[in-house]
Amino acid sequence: MSALLDKLALAFSYPFVRYALIVGVLVALCASLFGVTLVLKRFSFIGDGLSHVAFGAMAVAGVLKLTNNLPLVLALTVAAAVLLLRTGQNTRLKGDAAIAMYSVGALALGYLLMSLSSGSANLAGDVCSTLFGSTSMLTLTRDEVLLCVVLSAVVLALFVLLYHRMFALTFDESFARATGAPTELYNLLIAVVVAVIIVLGMHLIGSLLISALILFPALSAMRVFRSFRAVTLCAALLAVGCALLGLLASILADTPVGASIVAVNLLAFAVCCLVGRATGANV
Amino acid sequence: MALITCEHLSLGYENRELLRDLSFSVRAGDYLCIVGENGSGKTTLMKTILGLRQPLAGSIRFGDGLRQTEIGYLPQQTDVQRDFPASVWEIVLSGCMNSLGLRPFYGKAQKARAEEALQKLDIADLRRRCYRELSGGQQQRVLLARALCATGKLLLLDEPVSGLDPRVTAELYRIIRDLNREGITILMISHDLQAAAEDASHILHVGRELFFGTKDDYLRSSVCRCFQPGRGNEA
Repeated sequence: MSALLDKLALAFSYPFVRYALIVGVLVALCASLFGVTLVLKRFSFIGDGLSHVAFGAMAVAGVLKLTNNLPLVLALTVAAAVLLLRTGQNTRLKGDAAIAMYSVGALALGYLLMSLSSGSANLAGDVCSTLFGSTSMLTLTRDEVLLCVVLSAVVLALFVLLYHRMFALTFDESFARATGAPTELYNLLIAVVVAVIIVLGMHLIGSLLISALILFPALSAMRVFRSFRAVTLCAALLAVGCALLGLLASILADTPVGASIVAVNLLAFAVCCLVGRATGANV
Repeated sequence: MALITCEHLSLGYENRELLRDLSFSVRAGDYLCIVGENGSGKTTLMKTILGLRQPLAGSIRFGDGLRQTEIGYLPQQTDVQRDFPASVWEIVLSGCMNSLGLRPFYGKAQKARAEEALQKLDIADLRRRCYRELSGGQQQRVLLARALCATGKLLLLDEPVSGLDPRVTAELYRIIRDLNREGITILMISHDLQAAAEDASHILHVGRELFFGTKDDYLRSSVCRCFQPGRGNEA
């Protein structure tokens, strides 16, 4: 036991471990809050699609040999979010098919670009860490952490201020629109916020795994609770708890960060299912 | 001055016109029942009045100081709502959003309004219950309470009794009738002319033939006899 504690103490003496903890918890928290709305609005696939687009954007940034690729990736992913929402509504290319096309397209192009331009000897390693997150936590820089803290604060503030509007929009969009709410603006905002969350979490968790942080806490909370507020609060707590546990596990067992956090989330989902069944919350 | 005036409305989708040259007006206190076959454009008309769609041609004007965002709306239920984790109180309160302005949270005025709507529809004891666990009739009451939070003037109801059993249907019609007597104008889409005609003051029949007028005129009209053979003769 004390050996474990020693190992933790040693780990936390490194700034990059503390960075990873801050980023992991903040991203998980933001993702879970908007995740509730996304899941209930049947928008889950947007999170998944965007994470693949973010991978492609990362490859573009790699080709351009940018030292700080976050702004570019952020801009491209947000643009894709806006585009996805538009095409989902108006064109012949409807919803799920459009998203599937974007996401595999971005994945393929991203990989192509990375392999064409690759200066590094370790292409497979690069791709793997972009898709599944860093195997160690060494990759976060101080500036990235700062940006993450600022953006998370903005996202959290937005959620709190728009909480009631989010509820109305999620429960019944046409009623909200009929009574004068600018629902298109809110939908756009949701897509942009989700894009931001995905990009922020991508380095640490990996672009393939990040949508798990959006979905799992909301789905777990919905097994157990029956009001929107309780589901939201529970999802937030679950997300933070799972992120912490996953990070600690990855430090202690030397497992990949993203995969560990997702595994803990999976476990929490199973527990919530059991609790839900036991209390009869879910018919 | 009428509450709503529709003039020469054409409704439909890009290349398919559902309704052409529809004109009618609704005055404060009216109880207008909209009838017609499936797919004749009843819901489309309602969505156009609500500003959710644009008419292909024609105009809708609001009078008596009614703003478009002050209309209470009871939509047909969606799949999303059937398994939505929300308490009755959360849903009813969300009807007050149009009086929120730029404020982020509901204040005393909105909460009092939601409370009043709960009392009026006799569902105050359900406030903590989960919406998806309620019976169909209870769910409709909750949505009606939400609509009341959004308006004191005009309710648009889209097939409010579909899927309800006869007893609950009668109860819901009674509630709507009472609301109308308290001065709220009602626009209701209904399949069920027989029951609707009991309470309605005016009928709008949409379809190949259009009719707008008082209920009594409608029951004597040829449109009505085509729609419900036998019914017109009884009246």
